[in-house]
Amino acid sequence: MRSERYIPYVLILPSVLFLLFLFAWPLVEALLLSVRGGDGRWTLEHFQRMASDLYFKDAVRYTVLLTVVMVPLQVVLALCMAMLLGGINRGRDLFLYVWTIPLGISDLAAGIAWLAIFTERGYLNSFLQAVGVIQEPRLWLSYETPAMLFLAVVAAEVWRATAIVFVILVAGLQLIPKEYGEAAEVFGATPWRRFWRVTLPLLMPSLQVALILRTILALEVFAVVVALGGRNLPVLAGEAYFWYNAYQSPGVAAAYSVLILGISVVATLVYLRLMRPKQEAAA
Amino acid sequence: MNARLVYLTLAVLLALWVLVPIFLIATLAFSDRASVFAWPKGILPQQFSLETISFFFGVEGVGKAIRNSFLVAGLTLVLAVLLGAPAGYALARYRFAGADAYRVLILMTRAFPLAILAIPLAVRFINLGLYDTALGVALVHTALALPFAVLVTSSLFLGIPKELEEAAWTLGCTRVQAFLKVVLPLALPGLAATAIFAFVISWNEVFAATLLTLRERTLPAFLLTALNDSPLPFRFAGGFFLIVPALVFIFVIRRYLFTLWGIANR
Repeated sequence: MRSERYIPYVLILPSVLFLLFLFAWPLVEALLLSVRGGDGRWTLEHFQRMASDLYFKDAVRYTVLLTVVMVPLQVVLALCMAMLLGGINRGRDLFLYVWTIPLGISDLAAGIAWLAIFTERGYLNSFLQAVGVIQEPRLWLSYETPAMLFLAVVAAEVWRATAIVFVILVAGLQLIPKEYGEAAEVFGATPWRRFWRVTLPLLMPSLQVALILRTILALEVFAVVVALGGRNLPVLAGEAYFWYNAYQSPGVAAAYSVLILGISVVATLVYLRLMRPKQEAAA
Repeated sequence: MNARLVYLTLAVLLALWVLVPIFLIATLAFSDRASVFAWPKGILPQQFSLETISFFFGVEGVGKAIRNSFLVAGLTLVLAVLLGAPAGYALARYRFAGADAYRVLILMTRAFPLAILAIPLAVRFINLGLYDTALGVALVHTALALPFAVLVTSSLFLGIPKELEEAAWTLGCTRVQAFLKVVLPLALPGLAATAIFAFVISWNEVFAATLLTLRERTLPAFLLTALNDSPLPFRFAGGFFLIVPALVFIFVIRRYLFTLWGIANR
């Protein structure tokens, strides 16, 4: 059997090489791109150009604000859906399918779908006209209405990305033994108490995965914003795209991507620290 | 009894929240130009028409973009399964030093923002001759799909009893024969789900596809770059066409969605 010890390594080798080529190498390259000038010397000019750009402050502000608003909404809604699913017997599979449909919908398509609602002659204005709030179509997605544009992006992202949180949480719920909830019930715990004292603590690992994943993805929000408002609502990934494509400046684009990575890493570490499993509580 | 009714009502409301925007964009995609620009709009479609959809397919470059999208997604599917399934098999069947480190590596890759991969690769791909090719985009998409492929296939192979394989060995099969004749047929549905998942990831991805192409655009990249100077009917028809495969694919792989994330949690 000793001759077989190399087998697993042979099996994982192709994927390891591939990931080195397409993750490790670009990561190093991005860092180098952001701190080296055209002549190959070390410089902070890309970061300085990024920080002095007109759109920079807004891009940071809106990206962080979007993340802070969207992620809790998605998690709370997904948690409600996951608990609701437990209370449904008939039609469970149908609801499961319909609720997870957005999982397959791209951010670009979601942005376009919500454009149909928020655009000048869209369904929102038609509705407002029907109930008598407005007479003429109103513009919601221009740079003069950042609050409404922000709201549209939040709606589209909550619509699209709650499904992935839902799936993670339902998978997590399936791992919790039923006996715990039953035991709590025997001892007279109300459903509300059972949720807070039994289900939620045991669901913590799944919540952590969902929060980290959604936060990282929210920090690189891009196509939804572009589809709804172009550059009227600047975000970090969008700026990286514009600097690379429109301004032909890979250095500044790389600086933006390094900034996104930096914020993502900090956010991940914060989650890991705040949501550490409590040893004494388990005893 | 009353609680049941409340649950059901809430569930239906949530289902409507998901379905109504899809219904609205489908309505716009299948109506004529006048209805797309109509004001005010009714919720129900005015009249069925293929004008918007056929206008979309008539725009120069759309056909090519759709072909490119299928090509890129097809390549991604093949690469992700070929690279991911062996690794998934190794994780499921062998205990080996470094298995945990490998798992961490796989999970870590999901934590990277796409921008940090796409921008340097766009620069490097020009030198390698991969810029503006379907293969170049497919490589990046495979990097996104590979972690999922490894985790899903590993849970898949875990579910196939090792005893079946061992029985085949004692009956004279080689390892490869045992895998092909015993394990593979049982794993096929799950492998198909993995493949479809990789396909959807690629079909939907827009950021890297836009940065890595110029003329050989995929459909999302083509739509994104044309968005701001194209008429609304074009955008709605394009958006609808992007959504359609999603409805089908999620239906096909729905059974595997939860095993996928269940295993990722552990």
